[in-house]
Amino acid sequence: MADDLKIPLLEELEKGPWPSFVSDIKSVADRKPMAADLLRQLEKSYEDKRGYWKHGGLVGVMGYGGGVIGRYSALPEDFPGVSHFHTVRVNQPSGWFYTTDALREIVDIWDEHGSGLFNMHGSTGDMVLLGTRTEELEPTFRALTEKGWDLGGSGSDMRTPSCCVGPARCQNACYDTMDMTYQLTQNYQDELHRPMFNYKFKMKMSGCPNDCTAAIARSDMAVIGIWKDDIKVNQEEFAKYLDDGFNVQEFVVEKCPTRCITVEGKEINIDNSNCVKCMHCINRMPKALAVGDDKGFAINIGAKAPIVEGALFGSVIVPFMKIEDGDYEELYDFIDRMWEFWDEHGTARERIGEFIERVSLATFLEGIEMEPSPKMVKAPRDNPYIFYEEYFAEEDEGEGEGEE
Amino acid sequence: MGDISTEQLAEECLAIVTENAGKKKIKAGDLQKAMAAKYGDQVDRKDVKAAIKELIDSGKCVYGYFGGSSIELPHVEGSAND
Ligand code: HEM
Ligand code: HEM
Ligand code: SF4
Ligand code: SF4
Repeated sequence: MADDLKIPLLEELEKGPWPSFVSDIKSVADRKPMAADLLRQLEKSYEDKRGYWKHGGLVGVMGYGGGVIGRYSALPEDFPGVSHFHTVRVNQPSGWFYTTDALREIVDIWDEHGSGLFNMHGSTGDMVLLGTRTEELEPTFRALTEKGWDLGGSGSDMRTPSCCVGPARCQNACYDTMDMTYQLTQNYQDELHRPMFNYKFKMKMSGCPNDCTAAIARSDMAVIGIWKDDIKVNQEEFAKYLDDGFNVQEFVVEKCPTRCITVEGKEINIDNSNCVKCMHCINRMPKALAVGDDKGFAINIGAKAPIVEGALFGSVIVPFMKIEDGDYEELYDFIDRMWEFWDEHGTARERIGEFIERVSLATFLEGIEMEPSPKMVKAPRDNPYIFYEEYFAEEDEGEGEGEE
Repeated sequence: MGDISTEQLAEECLAIVTENAGKKKIKAGDLQKAMAAKYGDQVDRKDVKAAIKELIDSGKCVYGYFGGSSIELPHVEGSAND
């Protein structure tokens, strides 16, 4: 098989010690002409130093404006196998948890209807089924939905929300990232499947400031778990780190960005009023330190990758919110107001972060009916997420000043 | 809810899409603005969304996604291969 592929340049990529996508695609090339021609066309691109894909800006499934990304070969006579090579995005389950049965369902459907090649996971999180023909789109969609799967987002819509594993296996989780992702997906089905915005809108849920989904840098709405009270300390476990020879001074005390940790004898003290919740000390000593008890999340708006305009980081717009008894109304209400204002006043292909830069944060806040607050930190990775006086007022009569 | 029926809005949106077919890509926001300009407070955003949904679900229009999502008459894309 490899001989009649004639792909010497690509085969260079199989020579290193690493897994190679060339070997992977080759492994299906003898039963899938689509995979064989994919390699051949790519080889030609390497030879000619240019791409040979055409945008198929219309193909999709009935009723949906997202989930299918159409591509045609610019050289269909030379590479008939990839004459059509449309991609199907499948909405991933929260936290990317699958049973092996579920994975087999996808594999079988794609073996029957597509190239057999797929990718876990795209940067939005979806499973990305690579390469099928126009006439296979509806049958693929039907086969997927019969098994309870759905397509994800693409185009100017709400992209498939995604999250870290959160409480499923991580003690740092400050809220249920998986439930929120599921609820948002269900609540905004129209926004997901029927593109109606100026441009794409991505949401990612991270359970704590470690931000395993990298939400702060690449999602229009980054929901990041946070706590308001003090870091929990287990002094006994802390003493064990010292006894085991762990260099707390060098690896923790001196690495704390605000230098708010002191150690006296075998006791650690944290000046929580100066802690910016960077997670470093907790990550280094997970047995001794843990996130606090008064947990919720901060919402950061406006991050995006550099396409069209430059890259942006998210800014804190909601410093703290909590989901109680599974009630998401407050969150939905915030999202609805934000979308409506952006939708009405944004220009075509203007991401919400660019929109806020253009109209100013003050105008944006006014438009979504929020009061400005010093807790709305512009770049929270350099600054505290939140600064809650009521916890740090040394138990004088000071009570909260009406913080929602 | 607005005073103009979804059917009427859908028909007017379809007219805009038809008129611009092959000339200008019409986005959901363009239809929102056109209807708001014509009817003011008599329609709200939900009404226009419902009208677009009607056009798509009936197959009178389809979504395109070249350079941002648009609402178009069904046709075969120029780039399509057989
Ligand atoms: C050339 C060799 C390898 C490279 C370049 C590599 C690279 C990576 C990268 C980039 C990540 C993601 C880190 C992140 O999330 O920021 C990762 C995660 C991981 N790697 Fe590797 N890796 C290699 C070999 C291995 C090997 C040999 C093993 C195990 C025997 C391994 C086990 C893991 C595990 C368990 C994860 C974490 C997955 C998770 O987050 O759940 N890796 N690796
Ligand atoms: C039942 C057995 C195991 C379970 C349940 C397990 C689970 C995990 C999980 C959940 C993570 C990711 C933590 C995170 O997301 O930050 C992880 C990371 C990792 N595991 Fe395991 N693991 C197991 C066995 C092993 C074994 C046998 C090895 C090596 C021989 C290994 C090597 C690693 C490494 C290197 C990482 C860190 C990768 C990174 O940098 O992100 N694990 N493991
Ligand atoms: S973001 Fe935080 S809660 Fe989520 S998996 Fe990472 S460390 Fe755990
Ligand atoms: S979380 Fe970061 S800022 Fe807070 S005490 Fe630990 S190291 Fe310091």
